[in-house]
Amino acid sequence: MLTIKNLHATIDGKEILKGINLEVKPGEIHAIMGPNGSGKSTLANVLAGHESFEVSEGEVTFLGENLLEQAAEDRARNGIFLSFQYPIEIPGVSMVNFMKTAVNEHRKHNGLEPLKASQFLRLMEEKKKIVEISSQLTNRSVNEGFSGGEKKRNEIFQMAMLEPKLAILDETDSGLDIDALRIVANGVNTLKTPENATIVVTHYQRLLEYIVPDYVHVLYNGRIVKSAGKELAYELEAKGYDWIKEEAAE
Amino acid sequence: MTEQDKILEKATSEDYKFGFTSDIETDIIDKGLNEDVVRIISAKKEEPEWMLEFRLKAYRNWLKMEMPNWAYLKIPPIDYQSISYYAAPKKKPQLSSLDEVDPELIETFNKLGIPLEEQKHLAGVAVDAVIDSVSVKTTFKETLAERGIIFCSFSDAVKEYPDLVKKYLGNAVPAGDNYFAALNSAVFSDGSFCYIPKGVRCPMELSTYFRINSANTGQFERTLIVADDDSYVSYLEGCTAPMRDENQLHAAVVEIIAMERAEVKYSTVQNWYPGNKEGKGGIYNFVTKRGICRGDHSKISWTQVETGSAVTWKYPSCVLLGDNSHGEFFSVALTNNHQQADTGTKMIHIGKNTRSLIVSKGISAGVSNNSYRGLVKVSKRAENARNFSQCDSLLMGDKCGAHTFPYIECANKTAILEHEATTSKISEDQVFYCNQRGIKTEDAIGMIVNGYAKEVLNKLPMEFAVEAQKLLAISLEGSVG
Repeated sequence: MLTIKNLHATIDGKEILKGINLEVKPGEIHAIMGPNGSGKSTLANVLAGHESFEVSEGEVTFLGENLLEQAAEDRARNGIFLSFQYPIEIPGVSMVNFMKTAVNEHRKHNGLEPLKASQFLRLMEEKKKIVEISSQLTNRSVNEGFSGGEKKRNEIFQMAMLEPKLAILDETDSGLDIDALRIVANGVNTLKTPENATIVVTHYQRLLEYIVPDYVHVLYNGRIVKSAGKELAYELEAKGYDWIKEEAAE
Repeated sequence: MTEQDKILEKATSEDYKFGFTSDIETDIIDKGLNEDVVRIISAKKEEPEWMLEFRLKAYRNWLKMEMPNWAYLKIPPIDYQSISYYAAPKKKPQLSSLDEVDPELIETFNKLGIPLEEQKHLAGVAVDAVIDSVSVKTTFKETLAERGIIFCSFSDAVKEYPDLVKKYLGNAVPAGDNYFAALNSAVFSDGSFCYIPKGVRCPMELSTYFRINSANTGQFERTLIVADDDSYVSYLEGCTAPMRDENQLHAAVVEIIAMERAEVKYSTVQNWYPGNKEGKGGIYNFVTKRGICRGDHSKISWTQVETGSAVTWKYPSCVLLGDNSHGEFFSVALTNNHQQADTGTKMIHIGKNTRSLIVSKGISAGVSNNSYRGLVKVSKRAENARNFSQCDSLLMGDKCGAHTFPYIECANKTAILEHEATTSKISEDQVFYCNQRGIKTEDAIGMIVNGYAKEVLNKLPMEFAVEAQKLLAISLEGSVG
C-alpha cells in the first residue's frame, strides 16, 4: 500500500529525515517510536503533504501512485488521514460544516453524489458513537475550546467519518488520561479492517497496549535504526532509547 | 441550485467581470464645479426652488471646507474640477413597461447578473435600479403602494412627495456636515427615497443596485429612509462598478430617520472596482451614512460587507436620541492588494437607557491597510447608556496592516462601555488542517474567513449573505501562497 524508499526531507535547509525506508501493507499496524527530535512527526507531516517540509531525495508510492507529486488535499482524498499531534482550531467554522465539506470532497473524488443534509447527520450520529463524542462538541467550531482529550477524540471521529485507507496517528496518546486513551484506542480498533492500514507514531509503549502493532520501528536521527515485532516496544519501555542510540552509533 | 443561487454564482464569479462599459447615449455636462453647474443639475432635474436652495447652501459650505485628512488613508490630490457632475442615460419619454427600456440597459443588467425581469420573480425583492445617477425602472412600486409604502427614486420623491422630502432631508446629515456630505448635497444626482407609514411592517426587503457607468463621472447618490411610528423596514444596498483605469470618486449620503418604536435595518454589500493588483484604478468611496433614532424605543441597525473600492472612507452612525433607543453596527471590511479602508461607526448616546452594539471584523491581505475607527459618545443626560464594542482584525501574509482607532467620550458616570479587540492571522497550519481533510486551499481560506466573519454575515438577509460569502472568498483568491 505504502512504500517509502530512501526518503530525505528538510525544513529551513536542515535535514530531518535522512533516508527512511518503510513498507506498509493493507491490514497492518506499524508503530514508529523514538526519542524526541528523531523525526517522527516530520515523517507523518511529510506523508500528509505539509509544505513546510521539502523532500530532497527518495520516493514514496501510495496505492501504486507517486505520493510526493500529489497536493495535500489529493493525498487526503486518496485515503491518507493524519491525526494531528496538535489539532488546529478554526473559530467560527462549525464541525458540522467542516466535516460535511470534507466528506463531500471525498465523495466527489470517488464519483459519488454529495450527501443530503439528513443523510449526513445520520452518518455523524453513527460515527460519534465510536469515540463517544457528544453533540455538544460537534455543534461547536472546529476544535475551538476543546480540551486536549476532546481534540484527540475529535481527530478519531473525523477519521471515522472519512474512512481512510491509511491512518497516521501522530502522538495521539499525548495529553490523554487513561479513560480517554482507552476510548481513542477502541475507536481506532473499531475502524480497523483487513483493507486499511495504520501508522502509530508515539513516544510511549502505553498506547500500544491498546492498539497492538504488527511492527515496531525505532526512528533515530532521521533514520529507522531498528525494526521488530511488538515485543520491541516493551524492550524500549524497559530500557529506554540509549542502547538504540549506542547501537546506531556503532 | 436554486435560480437565485445561479444568479449569485454568476454575479460573483471569479474575475471582476463587471468591468464593461455599456454604450448608452449619455447626457453629460461639462467637467468642473461651480454655482452654475449646481443650478444646471437642479434645472435638468426640474427641481423646485427649495431643492436648489438646499444644493446652493451646501455648495457654499463646501467651498469653505477642506478635504478631511485624519483618516489612515493615502489619497493623491483629487481635482474636483476635472470631474463631470452629472450624467444620465438620455431620457426616453414615459416608460411603462420593461419593453420600453433601452435594450442596451437591459443588456447591462444581464451582464450584472441581476436582470430586472428575473429580479421581479426573485424572493420578493423590489429593486430600484440606479444606472448612472437616474433611476431607470422601479419595480414593485404598486405592491408597496397598497400598504402606503413609498419607495421611489429621489427625483420622483422631490416631485411627488415634496413635503416629506422637505421635512426630513438633511435631518440626519445636514448639508454642511462634512466635506463629502456637503459635496453630495450640492450635486447629488439621484438615489432612493423610502417612507414607511405608521404601524406598517414592510413585507419585503427593499433593494437598490447602484452602478457607476460613464467614464470620468462621479456618482453622488442620496438615500433617505423615513420609518414612521411602529414601522419596520429592511433595506439592502448592493454595488458593482465597471473597470476603469483612472480613479473614480463616489460620495454618497444615506439618511435614516426612525420614529417611535420604529426599526430600520440597512444592509450593504459594497463591491466597487478595487483597482488592479498594482493599485492602479479603483473607486474612491467616501460615504456618509447616519441614522437618527428619534423616537423612544426605536432601533437602527447597519450591516456592511465592504470588499471593493480602492479607498473606503465610511462610518455608518447612529444618533440615539429617543429614550431606550438602540443602535447596531455590524461590519466586515476586507482589503487586498493595494486597497485602503478606514471605516467604523459612531454611536452617539443622547437619550436615557440607550444601547449600542458594535461588531467590526477587518480582514487585510496583500499590501493593503485596513483601519477601524469608531466613536462611542455618551452625553450628559444619557443615563444608563450601554455600549459593547468588539473589533477583530484578521491578517493574511506579512505585508498588510490592520489598525484600530477607538474613541470614547463619556459624560455620564452611569454609562457602561466595553471594548474588546483581537488580532489574528490565518495560519498555514489552519489551511493545512483543511487540506488534510480533503479541502483545497482556496476553499479552506473561504471557509476560515467566513467563519471569522460569521457573526456579521448572519445579520445579512439570506440572499445577501450568500453573495457576501462568495465575495469574501473571491476577493482573497491567491492571497495565501
